[in-house]
Amino acid sequence: MSLDTATIRRIASLARIRLDDSEVEQAQAEINGILGWIEQLQEVDTDGVEPMAGGSPVAQAKARLRPDAVTDGGQADAILANAPDRQGEYFGVPKVVE
Amino acid sequence: MHPTDFTLRGALDALTEGTISSVELTQAHLDGIAKLNPRLNAYVTVTAEKALAAAKASDERRAAGQVGALEGIPLAIKDLFCTAGTRTTAGSRILDSFVPPYESTVSQKLLDDGAVFLGKANLDEFAMGSSNTTSASGPVENPWSRANDPDTRLVPGGSSGGSAAAVAARLALGATATDTGGSIRQPAAFCGIAGIKPTYGRCSRFGIVAFASSLDQAGPVARTVEDCAILLKSMAGFDPKDSTSADLPVPDFARACERGVKGLRIGVPKEYRLDGMAPEIVALWEQGLQWLRDAGAETVEISLPHAKYALPTYYIVAPAEASSNLARYDGVRFGMRVTEPGSDLRDLYERTRAAGFGAEVRRRIMIGTYVLSAGYYDAYYLKAQKVRALIRRDFENAYADVDAIVTPATPSAAFGMDEKQDDPVAMYLNDIFTVTANLAGLPGLAVPAGLDAQGLPLGLQVIGRAFDEETVFAVGRALERAAGFSALPRLRAGA
Repeated sequence: MSLDTATIRRIASLARIRLDDSEVEQAQAEINGILGWIEQLQEVDTDGVEPMAGGSPVAQAKARLRPDAVTDGGQADAILANAPDRQGEYFGVPKVVE
Repeated sequence: MHPTDFTLRGALDALTEGTISSVELTQAHLDGIAKLNPRLNAYVTVTAEKALAAAKASDERRAAGQVGALEGIPLAIKDLFCTAGTRTTAGSRILDSFVPPYESTVSQKLLDDGAVFLGKANLDEFAMGSSNTTSASGPVENPWSRANDPDTRLVPGGSSGGSAAAVAARLALGATATDTGGSIRQPAAFCGIAGIKPTYGRCSRFGIVAFASSLDQAGPVARTVEDCAILLKSMAGFDPKDSTSADLPVPDFARACERGVKGLRIGVPKEYRLDGMAPEIVALWEQGLQWLRDAGAETVEISLPHAKYALPTYYIVAPAEASSNLARYDGVRFGMRVTEPGSDLRDLYERTRAAGFGAEVRRRIMIGTYVLSAGYYDAYYLKAQKVRALIRRDFENAYADVDAIVTPATPSAAFGMDEKQDDPVAMYLNDIFTVTANLAGLPGLAVPAGLDAQGLPLGLQVIGRAFDEETVFAVGRALERAAGFSALPRLRAGA
């Protein structure tokens, strides 16, 4: 399957990556090249195969649960320390609601 | 002997004997960095003052009888590990000024054991690459060069290219690295050093900038197998902050190095005999197997029938997980922000991410976004996770009959900085021998085993059973001993 330029634009939009008109064709060629190469997986018979979930080498590794209790918090300054636009105790963004 | 020529083990012994101090050892490495890093670009950030203060504190602890397992040892930290108060870039413009308020679990464990951090090692952007040419801080140069062509600058491999180049050039006694598809083992092989990706879950991922969460594992690179074993012992262990961390005791890996291979059954996957493989790689592989037979192991042909689907599987799973993980870089909470007058929030996101991410990262995010998008999830991601289950099953079947598997580490020696850059798929083939271990979650070790006709290092890979790094170290050490690899890169400290 080969993706058209409209699909490339839609993917970029979903990924929130601005793509200039001049970049669409190159992205299209590269992504189609990679998808064409990936296509060979369709020849593998996977009927009845349980898909792997997570990266554990041990099948059905159990998820751990911890007590449902607060273990951290009260660190507003540390959390905001790298904010590009800090507004008091908040992250600043362009106006969202008119 | 120049202080930068110590192995990590040798430096620990010298510190114990008092023939050198951590301050002297650290200063010698900082001098080497000052001289060679402007060319190699192995370090993104050098923390000289912090390193010397840490070395002084280490010498004082030692004098007071408090001696950690890595007391006073200068290391490089891949710039993917968050280091409290020290800029952590992940090789990306988008994190250019990010200073983490917290420390990754792995780097904290090294600090707890007395290690000294020299600085942050360069890497491919977000650990995506096999040549360390995608870093926002510029490419890393391999300290090795071709004997008949010394002017062509070679790549160190990637993504942990800065870590591997720093260790090979004697700008650190060891380094942390991470491996998602081969990012420890391929650069280790290209730079003539050892490196291990442990079993998935062995090292905590907490505080490591995430690429593909079901594949990412931290591990060490160092100049000997034993040095890797010593570092891994400090890096590994259960961490409640990582839900996939394995709650298992950490064995004495260094002791396992000297177990020998007598009676072990070594698997040789027939599917790894690729058409058109370089004769030197085939010969080195054969030689390695002969060394193991000479040491008392038995070699057995095995089959991994789905191995040939490993790379395309990886290039669905890894970009899919990356597209999710990298959604956090939105220009709002941390990292760079790009806006134009009148930008709305969506425009802020799109401009920030277009300017902040490099070409390879943007490409992988887009592939990942596509394979996860409505209507395509089953055809791509689910299919890939099923093939991945078959790849893991292939290994389970093989390990019913063998104790470890030995393969080449890479399909070639290090290539030139200008080669293979135009075709993403050609670049991806670098990981053909390493990526299966990530998909199956298994430990894999690269060991330097010989030189090609141009005098460049070549490595062999040992893949083990889940959580059986001990056998991997034993086999790796046996290969290392037989190979007697003693060649040195042209660019190195103290030369």
